[in-house]
Parts: sequence; structure tokens; C-alpha cells
Amino acid sequence: MPYALCFLLFMLGLYCAVVKKNMVKIVIGILIMEYAVNLFLVMLGFRVGGIAPIIDRAQYDPVIQQVAAGFVNNSVDPLPQALVLTSIVISLGSLALMISICIRTYEKYGTFDITQIRRLKG
Amino acid sequence: MYIFYFLLIFMIIAAIIAIETKNLLSSVICISALGFGASLMFLFLRAPDIAITQIVVDILALIILIRSTISRDLTFISGDKEFFGTVVSVVIIFIIFLAGVKVFETLPDFGTAIFARVPNAASQTYIKEGLEKTGAANIVSSVILDYRAYDTLGEATVLFTAIIGATVILRKKAKKLLEEPDL
Amino acid sequence: MKGMTIIVKTISSWVKVLIVLFGIYIIHSGHLSPCGGFAGGVFLASSYLLLMLAFGRDVVERELPPSVALKIACWAAFTFAAIAISGLFFGKNEFFWNYIYQKWLAGAGIEVHFIAAGTISLAEFAIGLLVGALLFLVILNLSTFRRDTSASR
Repeated sequence: MPYALCFLLFMLGLYCAVVKKNMVKIVIGILIMEYAVNLFLVMLGFRVGGIAPIIDRAQYDPVIQQVAAGFVNNSVDPLPQALVLTSIVISLGSLALMISICIRTYEKYGTFDITQIRRLKG
Repeated sequence: MYIFYFLLIFMIIAAIIAIETKNLLSSVICISALGFGASLMFLFLRAPDIAITQIVVDILALIILIRSTISRDLTFISGDKEFFGTVVSVVIIFIIFLAGVKVFETLPDFGTAIFARVPNAASQTYIKEGLEKTGAANIVSSVILDYRAYDTLGEATVLFTAIIGATVILRKKAKKLLEEPDL
Repeated sequence: MKGMTIIVKTISSWVKVLIVLFGIYIIHSGHLSPCGGFAGGVFLASSYLLLMLAFGRDVVERELPPSVALKIACWAAFTFAAIAISGLFFGKNEFFWNYIYQKWLAGAGIEVHFIAAGTISLAEFAIGLLVGALLFLVILNLSTFRRDTSASR
């Protein structure tokens, strides 16, 4: 059920990016899609009653060089978290790129409306 | 467990307001509310790294978006595109949503991690041997910078290219270059 | 008269130091506690963003010129690649081989400790500087562009 709600969020972003006329609204739709995908990837690795994948001194035995079994059996998945962490910073960079394209278009055509921009071409 | 439903419904309401409101400034503020909801959600999903990164990135994204929209959009753009295309795209999106819900029913329930069912999954190896193989107590950090560091190298390249592209688009001489085609 | 009132200026010039300190702490303890290079870099960029909102753009440009920021970003990216390539020469002939940990620190009994990660700490400093300098650069460019267009009208 949380997966379906997350997919509904993705579909709202897709609707916003496809239907709206304002360029900033399209950028906002792409942002909503990014949030939904990041949430879905992290939710795939969640365990009920899990702990964060960070080892502290009490959970490591230096004599036999092994992590405690309680940590191994209870930790959530670290791999989607690592992938999402890079994806968030990339989304900020691509947001800056899209916004700069919007500003440049506004300076040339004087509007954010993409149907107007289509008519003014040529 | 109910906190996830509460936060997801909060995020969906914020997304609907951000999509449907006429004023661009309130739309941007609703987007940042959505980001803070996502940050809380990451915190309850036991991912503190992503929660802190998300909340800082949201502040920067809010300031970038406000810089772009404030005092620019004086005319309110209302309405959608052509009627026929709108109806067709909404119907297609709804069909995709129904198909996606059917697909998500085949996944295991929320709260049972997928990697725990697979024997010899990669994540099991990272959790068991991450500390003694790399020396980093934070398993996410050891995955980012040791096991899968190629990913981070590609990330640095993509970020560098995106920011240089934004700088080239925003430079001051571009207008002049467009006016003189024989340069 | 650029910028905000004197109260905002004074307090933001104090708080800036604390934000930079917190960013450096987050970067260097990235292998023990949550976060690391990415979040620390965004913290470093946001400290200069606070300075820019309080004092105006010219003060920030005098304190950290954009050319210097671009040089910092390029050198940080080069350092990250150099750490990756140096694994080829000092170890098992592998890209991104963590040679400092594997040669000297493994089995020394300092597992959960500040220096116990080898090249991961160095790579985190490189990533933090890269992200911070690039985000600072793009925010400065956005504000510069806005000033130019409003002045021309």
C-alpha cells in the first residue's frame, strides 16, 4: 500500500510535466517525480524494527573481527541509500540547469508560456 | 507504521496544491513542504544520511527557485494545453497507474526487506564485511567511496557538466553573440 | 546601500563561521557518523549563500572570486581522480584500491576510530570541496544574471 501511494505521487508529477503550460510548473513536476523515485528506492530496503546501517563500538568485536549478529539481522539495506544519496545531489545540479534555461527563455521571449514560445519561433 | 501513511498523504496533498495553484510563489513553497515531508520520511525509514542531505538540498533548491520566479511572472498563466491532447494524456496516465498498482501487488509487503530473502545478496556482504574490508563504520560511506566508487566518479562528472552548462547558458556575452552571427 | 540591516549583518557574520565549522566536521567524520562529503559540501555552499543574502553580491565576490571557486572545483575533481588512479600503483593493480587501509591500518586494532578509513577520508574531502565550490558558483551566476537584466530595463 505505501508503494501505491508513492506511485500516485509519481503520477501526479508526470501529469504536471505533461499537461501544464508554465515552464516553471514543468520543472516542479520533474522535481516531484524525483522525490517519488527516491522514496520508492529507499522504501524497498526497509525492515520493521530495523536500525540504521552505522556500526558503533558496542556492535563490533575486535578479537574475532566480526560484527554482532544483532546488527546483521536488523540493519536496513545500505545499497539503495548509497545510490539515492548521489541522486539527490545530481537532482540539485540538474535543477539549476533547468532553471537557467527557463530564465534565458524568459529573457528572450518575455513569458514562461510554452505555447507562446512555440508561436514566436521564426 | 501509520506515520508512513500520514507522511505520504501529507506529501500528496502538498503536491496537488503545488500543481494546481495559480501563484508560482506559493507553488514553490509547497514544493519545499513536500521536500521536508520527504526528509522526515527518510528519517523514519532509518536513513539519516539521506535525511540530512535532503533537508540541506531543499533549502538550496528553494532559494534557487525563488530567485528564478520572484518578480518575473507578472502575468498569471492559467489553463492547460489543447483539450483533446489533455484528455488523451490524462487517460493514458490513469491506465499506467492502474497497471502499476497491479504490478506493485506482486512485490513483497512493505517492511520486509527484499535483500533479506535472497541468499548471497550484495547488501548482505556489505553489512557483514564492510567494516573489516574498508575500515569505515558507516556502511553507506563505504559503499559510496570504496565498493561502488565508480558511481561517485560518474556523479562528480555529471554534476560538473551540469553546473558548467548552467554557467555557459547564463554568461553575460551570450546575448551579444546571438546578435552577431558572423562571429 | 546594499544588503540588510546591521543586526542581520552582524549575526550572519558570526553564524557563518559556525556553519563552515559544522560542514568541516560533517565532512571529516563521514565514515563514523551519518553524512559525508555530499552533505558537507552543500553546508559549505550554504554558508556563502547566507553571506550573499545578508551582505549583497559584491562582498561575496570580493571574498571568494568565481575564478578561484572554479579552480577549487577543478583541483578537487583532479584530486579525486588521482586518489582513484594511485590505487593502480600502490597495491593490487586495481582502480580505487584502498591501499592506506589495506597496507597499514588493517588489523591494527583501531577499527572504529577517526583515522581508520584510509583513502575514504581523503576522497570525502575532495568530494566536499567539489560539491561546495560548484554549488557556490551556480548560485553566484544566477544572482549575477538577475542583477544584469534588472539593470538593463
